[in-house]
Amino acid sequence: MDPLETQSQYQNYVNKKSPNSPIFKNCFNAFWVGGLICSIGQIIGEVCKYNGLDIQLSGTIVSIILIGLSAFLTALNIFNKIGKFAGAGSLVPITGFANSIVSPAMEYKSEGYVMGVGAKMFTVAGPVLVFGISSSILVGIIYFILT
Amino acid sequence: MEKIGNQTIKFNSPPTILNTASIVGPKESQGPLSKYFDKCLEDEFWGEETWEKAESKIIKETVNTVISKSGIPTNDIDYCFAGDLLNQCISSSFGLRELNIPFLGLFGACSTFVEGMIMASIFAESNAGNNCLCAASSHFCSAEKQFRFPLELGNQRPPTSQWTVTGAGAAIISKTGVGPFITHATVGKIVDMGIKDSNNMGAAMAPAALDTLITHFKDTGRNPSYYDAIITGDLGHIGKEILIELAQTKGYNIKSNYNDCGVLIFDKNSQDTHSGGSGCACCGSVFSGYLFNQLKDKKLKKILLIATGALTNATTAQQGESIPGIAHAVSIEI
Repeated sequence: MDPLETQSQYQNYVNKKSPNSPIFKNCFNAFWVGGLICSIGQIIGEVCKYNGLDIQLSGTIVSIILIGLSAFLTALNIFNKIGKFAGAGSLVPITGFANSIVSPAMEYKSEGYVMGVGAKMFTVAGPVLVFGISSSILVGIIYFILT
Repeated sequence: MEKIGNQTIKFNSPPTILNTASIVGPKESQGPLSKYFDKCLEDEFWGEETWEKAESKIIKETVNTVISKSGIPTNDIDYCFAGDLLNQCISSSFGLRELNIPFLGLFGACSTFVEGMIMASIFAESNAGNNCLCAASSHFCSAEKQFRFPLELGNQRPPTSQWTVTGAGAAIISKTGVGPFITHATVGKIVDMGIKDSNNMGAAMAPAALDTLITHFKDTGRNPSYYDAIITGDLGHIGKEILIELAQTKGYNIKSNYNDCGVLIFDKNSQDTHSGGSGCACCGSVFSGYLFNQLKDKKLKKILLIATGALTNATTAQQGESIPGIAHAVSIEI
């Protein structure tokens, strides 16, 4: 059979020839690194609470520390290596969000602070913010109507 | 010079490749071909502030190197054909703006180097000029920035993805000389088999490479065993396998003497480059470094160099367009 006869035949042929990502290895690494990051956050939170801070303030401090740490590791060219290893494990926690803002800011610094850093900072995180905030407003309206 | 068959130019007094030069980045320097390049860089910036400036410097210095290696004065070079992957081919035009050689910019994506060789050969044989220069560059960081994500973003690359080669290749093609000679050129057609995955360029370009390969054999009456080596530009490991199989279904067995520059330039196992190298500099630097050396040493006597290109950009990929492929071939013999 000639795989080049139609485009869909070629697509099927290419799918068969192309190796898939090692999904079990990726899931395992994502699971334990993601779990580790969340555990670190939990420990920071518990330490804050132990020292007399309330739950809300402890949560804020956890976010600040994890974001700061992630931004710092991004600047040191370390976070991308963690991300390559852990995938969603480092992407899904707040660390991934910080990385997605700091990395374009670094990349586009060469185009200046206004049109480079300022304009391009949210090229990766922008969609997350737009749809995250939009859906929270939507849920808020539904909650308001129901109560 | 005459046209034979459908798409092939036969050079009746074949132009000579006078000399070549190549400069590559740090990752390529750690690869299996490092000893063949003229210069291996220690970092991606090479003392410049931006990756774009670094890429311009790479092509500029590669061109300066080939001119000094060839021993002919800059004034005696009649035309320069060059191109790269960045928007409006800025690496070439910015890098070569002080060169003072009549300049024709080219875009053939990763097929640019051979496109330049074809143009230079035609100009040289047609008496338009005696010495013509062709060059092509690419840079991993500037290409990632333009086509994909910021470098520091912590994401994963699929196994089918390829690694853009940082570097440049340049060659001077002259009307007369002692070889290696460019005897035939097959200009490829745009072939689009509907592949949309920009992380699988090898699969997108393989049908174009096949089309040019078969057309070359039909036009010249040659068969795969005529050549010591058939080398494609940047199909990578997956594209290479696909091309071998596709050629087999069309009745051409290329398995024994075929390889790909993207496969040759990196060590897949130790360098984490997934499906292999890509970019204008992949074919450019591997030919200018390794293959030209093999031709000079007479370890290879007849090669068919087929540079492959994916004619896509970031906007068309986001708009869901498929990736048109192209491949141009030159037959080089000593």
